[in-house]
Amino acid sequence: MHIPDGYLSPATCATLFAGSVPFWRMALRRVKKAMNSRQVPLLSLFAAFSFVIMMFNLPLPGGTTGHATGIGLATVVIGPWAAMLAVSVALVVQALFFGDGGVTAIGANCFNMAIAGSLVAYAVYRLLAGRSALASARRVAAAGLAGYIAINVSALLAAVEFGIQPLLYKDAAGAPLYCPYPLSIAIPAMMIGHLTIAGLAELAVSAGVVAFLQRSDLSLLRSTAGKVVDAAQALPLTAARPLRALWAGLAMLMVLTPLGILAAGSAWGEWMASDYANPAARRQIAAASFNHVAPQLPPQGLQRLSAVWTAPFARYAPPYIRGAAFGYLLSAMFGAGMIVLAFLMLGRFIRSAARAGPEAA
Amino acid sequence: MSDVHPHARGGFIEHTLEGLHRAMERAMYAESAASRNGLLQRLDARVKVAGLFSLIVAVALAAKLWLIAAVIGLAIILALFSAISLRALAMRAWLGALLFSGTIAAPALFLTPGTSFHGLPITLQGLRTAGFLVLRAEAAATLMLVLVYTTPWAHVLKALRIFRVPVVFVVILGMTCRYILLMLQTAHEMFESRQSRTVNSMTPAEQRRLAVAGSGVLLGKTLQMSGEVYLAMQARGFRGEVYLLEDLQMRRLDWVALGAFAVLASVSIWAGR
Repeated sequence: MHIPDGYLSPATCATLFAGSVPFWRMALRRVKKAMNSRQVPLLSLFAAFSFVIMMFNLPLPGGTTGHATGIGLATVVIGPWAAMLAVSVALVVQALFFGDGGVTAIGANCFNMAIAGSLVAYAVYRLLAGRSALASARRVAAAGLAGYIAINVSALLAAVEFGIQPLLYKDAAGAPLYCPYPLSIAIPAMMIGHLTIAGLAELAVSAGVVAFLQRSDLSLLRSTAGKVVDAAQALPLTAARPLRALWAGLAMLMVLTPLGILAAGSAWGEWMASDYANPAARRQIAAASFNHVAPQLPPQGLQRLSAVWTAPFARYAPPYIRGAAFGYLLSAMFGAGMIVLAFLMLGRFIRSAARAGPEAA
Repeated sequence: MSDVHPHARGGFIEHTLEGLHRAMERAMYAESAASRNGLLQRLDARVKVAGLFSLIVAVALAAKLWLIAAVIGLAIILALFSAISLRALAMRAWLGALLFSGTIAAPALFLTPGTSFHGLPITLQGLRTAGFLVLRAEAAATLMLVLVYTTPWAHVLKALRIFRVPVVFVVILGMTCRYILLMLQTAHEMFESRQSRTVNSMTPAEQRRLAVAGSGVLLGKTLQMSGEVYLAMQARGFRGEVYLLEDLQMRRLDWVALGAFAVLASVSIWAGR
């Protein structure tokens, strides 16, 4: 996840650094307002904590181990803006003194992990935790998923940054000057590891430590909790049940996606340009269209536009995955993750717009 | 015995302890190396930060492999004149960068489209792109190691002011560096005390619980320590304003070195186009 020197072009690094500066400035302003002079020791100590937590070797199911970045945990405890600064400071120290992550890639690493990671983690946590009681199991699940989704969004951003390098920079002999892997390789290569090992480590640390804090020091969860229902009135399990059932249903549907392999042929109207030249596909089209025979050549518009974009998970069967069932499952996880993220961001936007409305009036 | 994990006793604790110990050892070695009598140790920190960063930028911009190799050669010469041994460079910079970047670059040998290299199943373009990836990572790692092994960390951070890094950031970075060592030691002691009380192997679930509980306890200690540090700062008159003691001074040797770095970086950027 920590991008070293030499993987991104200087132009990409400069762009991401420039993109990070306004976030840092805003974070500093917000943190100053909220914490006054306490900010200096708190941010320093929390940055040191983030640094150390990244060194904890977490045993994961399946016999492997992973490291968490602590982004989700930092966001849940000190809020997104302070977490953004603390994790950025930890990343700068790692790059400068410990050789973990490149000096030229500091802006990129901070943008991916500290900035995007903190904001995504906060949005997910607040949305999923809702107004549940501080000690509720729903908050544990929300923190775990916040860490899991945040680290995966960070990985996706890094993968996209890697994947655009070979499109932009090559030497005279045609050799890519920086990361040589296109999007179709960079995205799955990064995401497989993060959807599984790194994501699980992040989930375990975020959820586990929040559960630990619920028992040891509940007050640490108060600053980012928003309006919390009174503990006496709270029915955390019943409140969490509908949402938990939805997540369980979604997980069940993902697991069942390989059943799609059993379906023969394409859905009506979802034909590819190459299907028009394939006799078997032509027979299927005719059979599904009341025996209307398809033209010999594909429509010109279809042929032209189908070359514009090649999906990384075309036909839910990424070319680099041998098992069709695993390809379906991976596609489902990736697609569902993107949709959930989009709706989380939309929900956040609508709520902030609704809050701003009455104030403006 | 069926619930006992077959792995070696406390393997997870030992790995974590090893990692924490390595980080502490690196920090200690850097402090001792920075106090040696060498060429770069005599220079102002700002000159080294500006000079070595500009060489890293030159390497990032270079489109020629020989130039990146030449910058690595230059970094080695600077290291040798600054009492940093080749062994230290190999163990602390080259090996890690080679293992990490080499693993990532290896598939590019086969996957990069281009002309076949001497009839082998790899392409010339793949070889070049893997070379760029590995050499750039090695060059940057060597230059950064030369910087942090010849300059006290506090001076490196103060020198960041030449890039207009805000004072409050420099102060936070400085405090972070100081408390990282304390946190590493605290985490080390926590795991060591647990290790000394472990008589049998732990299941993966127990190891996970231990890691998570350790993280939670460390978080509690962090926030408690933050409060104590804040009170101590207030006791010394801290009212929210941060200042930096600008005690770095440029001498004749520093100006000469700055000129040399400027020439070297400019030539590297020009030759590497």
